[in-house]
Amino acid sequence: MSDGGRERCKTGINGMDNILNGGVPRGNTILITGSCGTGKTTLSLEFLVHGALMGERSMYISVTEAPEKLLENMIDYEFFDKDLIADKKLIFVDLQEIYVKLGLEKLEFTLEDINILASQIVKIVKELGIQRLVIDSITSICYRLTSREEIREFILHLGKELSDMGCTTILVSELLPSAAGYSQYGVEEAIADGIILMGNLERQGDLLRTIQVIKMRGTTHSRAKYVLDLTSIGVLLAPLLKSGEKEVK
Amino acid sequence: MGVSSKVIGKLEELPPASSVAINTGVDSYFDVLRALVDVFATRHDLYVFYISSTIPSKSIQNLFELLGIDSSRVFFVDTISHLMKGNTEHSDRFLYIESPTMLEYIMLKIEYLLQKYKDKKAMVILDSVNSMSIYNGYKIMSEYLHMFVTSLRSWDAYMVMISMKGQNSAETQSMLNMVCDEIYDVEEGE
Repeated sequence: MSDGGRERCKTGINGMDNILNGGVPRGNTILITGSCGTGKTTLSLEFLVHGALMGERSMYISVTEAPEKLLENMIDYEFFDKDLIADKKLIFVDLQEIYVKLGLEKLEFTLEDINILASQIVKIVKELGIQRLVIDSITSICYRLTSREEIREFILHLGKELSDMGCTTILVSELLPSAAGYSQYGVEEAIADGIILMGNLERQGDLLRTIQVIKMRGTTHSRAKYVLDLTSIGVLLAPLLKSGEKEVK
Repeated sequence: MGVSSKVIGKLEELPPASSVAINTGVDSYFDVLRALVDVFATRHDLYVFYISSTIPSKSIQNLFELLGIDSSRVFFVDTISHLMKGNTEHSDRFLYIESPTMLEYIMLKIEYLLQKYKDKKAMVILDSVNSMSIYNGYKIMSEYLHMFVTSLRSWDAYMVMISMKGQNSAETQSMLNMVCDEIYDVEEGE
């Protein structure tokens, strides 16, 4: 525990726990948001793998990418241990299979459908004793919801129940490079306990990957922008040099 | 006493995790490299993380071979080969950065090497301050070097910044005075 007494869920990501004064407050639902190619999935996977390595059962719910393909990419990471999968410390779930099981193979969801889906995710988390969860991406689920109220209901329902179980959750949110807010529907950012913004910064023709914690309930944290590198030993962070050209995208 | 011996003598006077700027002329350049890579790093069993921004890493590697310098402990962070469309070999021994303006990535590549190869202490060589200054303004270079030197101290790593004599602006010289523990001028004709 640190900073106000709330128990922390250490990300294990180099530099990130320092930024968060010890880690994500346990039970928080956080939005990792950014445009394509900014490292959202990589960061989320690393969060899960470190959790599993620390003995916390971790689950990745994939909406858009086949788990097999994600696993292939993970083999390159030096910190990844295949036994985590065999031992069911790290679990991959394809949301399409849940849709099929629940009879939710449709383009638009009703309020009832949303509650069924949220309850099913909560049920899996409870049954398997999941302590870290990533849903990649929440945007793809929200795409099937027809109103902001439904999105709000879904995230609130899910977030509250997962938090009550002490599960720390990352919702991956896809953002258009031109977007003004922190999420595509404008609802997700208001409900989440934390927002981590990942982006591209163009400076003198170079494109730098950046990360910034915008908000995180339950802890003080740095709000500075950092540059990140995706390496075989994981995500590495360095503070963004402030004297560079200010050409922000 | 030759250039190599004097450079080594100077480094031996300093405690670990020191930052040193070495101003050298073209004639003494290879003697300085030999002193750092072949003698000092071997004697202290250090890894050498070599940031190349003047000459592509492959060319430096070839020069080391020609000079009979053992480069097995050298890892390059090459900021120039991409710009020059030079030959690249992708391994931990040759890490590439697209441009010398991507200063944060230089720090991150060194951080990567420090984390991955922590069985020995390291010496980081920046070759050179002059060429980095061509691509980066004084303010960002000062900020970068200050941050970099501070971060390397926490790893107990030596930082050696090479600059070519007579090519430093007054601003660059003042920046080196600020961030380095020691500035060593290699005398001509030593």
